[in-house]
Amino acid sequence: MLYDITLSIRYDYVVPADSGRQILRLAPRHLPGVQHVHAHHLAVEPDADERYEQVDFFGNRQCDVVFHSPHSHLCYRLAARVERYGGGPSLDFSPALDRLASELSAIRQMDGDQPIHFLGPSQRVPADPVFRDYAAGCLRPGMSVQQAVLAIGAALNRDMTFDAEATDVSTPVRHAFDQRKGVCQDFSHMMIACLRSLGIPAGYVSGFLRTLPPEGKERLEGADAMHAWVRAWCGQEAGWVEYDPTNALMVDQDHIVVAYGRDYSDVAPVKGVLRSSGSQATSHAVDVIPLKNV
Amino acid sequence: MNVPLTPHVDKATFGDLLTRYHPAPGTADELLDAEGRVRPVWGPFLKYLASLSPEETAQRFARGTQYLNDAGVFFRYYDEAGPSERTWPLSHIPILIDQSDWQSICDGLIQRAELLEDVVADLYGDNELVAGGHLPAGLIARNAEWLRPMVGLEPRSGHFLHFLAFELGRGPDGTWWVLGDRAQAPSGAGFALENRVATTRIFSDFYPKAHVHRLAGFFRRFRETLLNLRGETDSRVAILTPGLMNDTYFEHAYIARYLGFMLLDGEDLMVTDGKLMVRTIAGPRPISVLWRRLDANWADPLELDEQSQIGTPGMVEALRNGSLTMINALGSGVLETRALLAFLPRICEHLRGEPLKLPNIATWWCGDEAARAYVGDNLERMMISRSLSTGLPFTVGPNDVLGGCLDRANDSDFRKWLETEGEALVGQEAVTLSTTPAHVDGQLVPRPMSLRVFLARTEKGWEVMSGGFARIGGSDEVGALAMQSGGRAADVWIVGGAPEKPESLLPKANAPYVRSRPSLLPARAADNLFWLGRYVERAEGAVRLLRAYHARLAETGDPDGPVTAAIADHLETLGLELKTPIPEGLQMNVNAALASAAKVRDRFSIDGWLALNDLSRSLTEIRARPRLDSEDATLAMGGVLRQITGFSGLVHENMYRFVGWRFLSIGRSLERALAMCALLARFGADDAPEGALDLLLEVGDSTLSLNQRYAVTLSRAPVLDLLGLDTYNPRSVLYQLEHLRDHIEALPGADHNGQPSPLARSVLALYASLAVKTPDDLSTEDLDDLSLRIRNLSDGLFSTYTR
Repeated sequence: MLYDITLSIRYDYVVPADSGRQILRLAPRHLPGVQHVHAHHLAVEPDADERYEQVDFFGNRQCDVVFHSPHSHLCYRLAARVERYGGGPSLDFSPALDRLASELSAIRQMDGDQPIHFLGPSQRVPADPVFRDYAAGCLRPGMSVQQAVLAIGAALNRDMTFDAEATDVSTPVRHAFDQRKGVCQDFSHMMIACLRSLGIPAGYVSGFLRTLPPEGKERLEGADAMHAWVRAWCGQEAGWVEYDPTNALMVDQDHIVVAYGRDYSDVAPVKGVLRSSGSQATSHAVDVIPLKNV
Repeated sequence: MNVPLTPHVDKATFGDLLTRYHPAPGTADELLDAEGRVRPVWGPFLKYLASLSPEETAQRFARGTQYLNDAGVFFRYYDEAGPSERTWPLSHIPILIDQSDWQSICDGLIQRAELLEDVVADLYGDNELVAGGHLPAGLIARNAEWLRPMVGLEPRSGHFLHFLAFELGRGPDGTWWVLGDRAQAPSGAGFALENRVATTRIFSDFYPKAHVHRLAGFFRRFRETLLNLRGETDSRVAILTPGLMNDTYFEHAYIARYLGFMLLDGEDLMVTDGKLMVRTIAGPRPISVLWRRLDANWADPLELDEQSQIGTPGMVEALRNGSLTMINALGSGVLETRALLAFLPRICEHLRGEPLKLPNIATWWCGDEAARAYVGDNLERMMISRSLSTGLPFTVGPNDVLGGCLDRANDSDFRKWLETEGEALVGQEAVTLSTTPAHVDGQLVPRPMSLRVFLARTEKGWEVMSGGFARIGGSDEVGALAMQSGGRAADVWIVGGAPEKPESLLPKANAPYVRSRPSLLPARAADNLFWLGRYVERAEGAVRLLRAYHARLAETGDPDGPVTAAIADHLETLGLELKTPIPEGLQMNVNAALASAAKVRDRFSIDGWLALNDLSRSLTEIRARPRLDSEDATLAMGGVLRQITGFSGLVHENMYRFVGWRFLSIGRSLERALAMCALLARFGADDAPEGALDLLLEVGDSTLSLNQRYAVTLSRAPVLDLLGLDTYNPRSVLYQLEHLRDHIEALPGADHNGQPSPLARSVLALYASLAVKTPDDLSTEDLDDLSLRIRNLSDGLFSTYTR
């Protein structure tokens, strides 16, 4: 499926921001065989005094912008044309859950795609036994890794209520879990915490969701802003599997990947503070439109 | 052998010194050899010690303690009541190590330093150790100090490590063991230096001829190395501190002053165009070498720990850009974990084709099946702890388990624990440390000790500091080594070899004299100096008013007398409520001065710092007195006033006349001018109560001057002239404005292409407008307007220099 994606994030400052440095992870990734970025452009207004593009440890596009002088508003506008290929047959090649540890201990590479980075606690997903208990309750004897992933994702989707008012970007995962409410970020962090507690490597995916569903299908939650879901490593044979706990589905052509990380803090779309004493207002708009006749 | 060792010594030589000295069986001792004979290296020192009378010994020890107090050496102690500063716990007896023993330690540690450099370079580079199975990938990936943003980044200097510390202990068979590696931001070298100075004061007649290796050369060569690492010489070297609340902040300030480097915190720094800059009052200036005392994760909230409030956004970018050398590279902390000790012996063989010259404490990573089985079978002599812990093996944490203390009935639970959590656990041989003498009640007793040794990379390679920082247990228990649990610190003397020439950091006499450039003044330091000046002056003004108030109250007994009531009212406008004779506001004021001073301790004299502390203490003491009548309060305020002027004298007489001093002086002048304006507006007004003019003269310390000049009955005009417009009176507003003008005109940037800067123009205008006035022009409205303009000046100063 070919998409035209536009994103705009705008900040208005009551007191002009002095100067500042931000890291942007907004541009879709190029993923051979999965998605292809035909073109993308990231406009920054006012013009940044410094701008650097690089690829981070996990292979995401990272854009650093620096502003030297005061400004009263800031706007990031992304335009991208991305082709997302269809998923393969969803056969389960993953090993039994208790076979995963030995596959993991055989790993001798350290690059950013290796599952070993996604096992331990991370900034936004600390180790917490409450998730281990919850996850254990979702398992049936003899499950494969992929079955366990699906079972936990489905359970979370069943037990949690999508509620944009209940949490914000800095709500700890445990807090969201206790109130059984949250948004895609919270759903994803909870699922990651559960999977890691079982020894299944799990990471956070930020990206875009097709805005309007194909005819006859329901509109998905999270399509009006940047979205987040989970990737889980299901053994050498099956590799990484992506699952969207907010919508309880295996990720397919409706999801466009921007960045992979251990949790939100690795992939935050806009990271960094501006030296400003006043409050700020933010607006955030996303459109992901499928192109016809391709 | 299960009986304690008895010294075989000649009582005629050593007196009763060793009567109680019985090292425990199964431990090595620094002082006595296995047969109980005094080791030769200790002989002369022990004889000397025995020759001192108990009084003399006590006097000498007190001298060392006094030195440490005067130098302001303290450590931060944490308990339920929160952090507090404690006297530095010096164990007065140094540890003596023979040069030949020392040489083998040096060889071992240099090898280890080179090995660690190779390991860290590999962990952030090609990862051949992991690929070759020499290190488990998962162990590195889970290590919070393996910093992903640093992967693939080559350090600008070509090296990751420049300054290291190793914790050593001596095992029962007499061999030295490495207990832990410190590669992140090792502390203790500054304390070692202070221990040395204190110890040489104590043994001032013995030390110079004892052939003890000196420490200063090590620091001098490291300093030169850091300066040379800059590359372009218009950039600077600085020391980065996590700040005041860090338990080794004293050491950071001390090292900064000793080496002559700026002490900065994250807020002082910014990154522009890929370069690290310090915000100074003259604008941003480049820093190319940063010796950090801050854990790496805090260094950059953008790319490292986002929770950090003390970092500098863009720090990683500056490193990526190759414009900054970090001592040590961010990410070096990965080398400190306990689990790594399990792999280093084999890695050394693999990378260098030779065994470790100095073994490290035997360690087994329980993620490996064979190691796990070994730990399970040898539990009673193991300590089990977290793989990724960076604690030293003699600190047993709440999650650590000493196998010897384990209930064997739970053996199967324990094995299951090892099985399920193996990767997260290591077994380490339970530590037995050697003992060394501590002086307790006039005699020597053996106490466990460990030794921290420091290595610096110089242009000629790794150099070991000839000495170290020793911890001495507060009791026989190995766990009592930490200062937090009663442990003490001791100096380490390396004795023998060629006689040592005294060395210090001062340049050699025959070197050509070069006057160095004045140091830069960070904006934050300027701000703190400015406020220090203001708070101290504010306290002084308050004390003068309080003294005048209580003197009147003592005389009349009537708090409602017109002047007395007016003073009380005025005090209240200054935030000084007379709920108690000495208002709490005054204490808060002095504490605010202390807080500002604490942030610039590296920039003014230790005596000044101590004087300010004394002042705070006396105030607390006075305010705590059960009954304080006005007579007492008057006298007490007189005493406090003399203490404050003592502080001001110490600072202003001794401080180098550079920009820092100007900011301090500006703060003082500004505050004094403002206070006088307010006083004149109230007590110099036409409708002021009778006796108000006397009060003005008293508070303005000017009774004498007026009597000498006028010798007439008091009237408004001469008083307002003297305190408002007289340029010879240091209490007058105009005098202070003149000083403000001079200071501001001398600040960087006061001159814009031959034109005065806006700030310089406004102070000039302010000065001129007051200089042309007569006492009759000084109405209350004029004075209020003057106050406002002086306050605007303060704002202007802030926005020009300290933003």
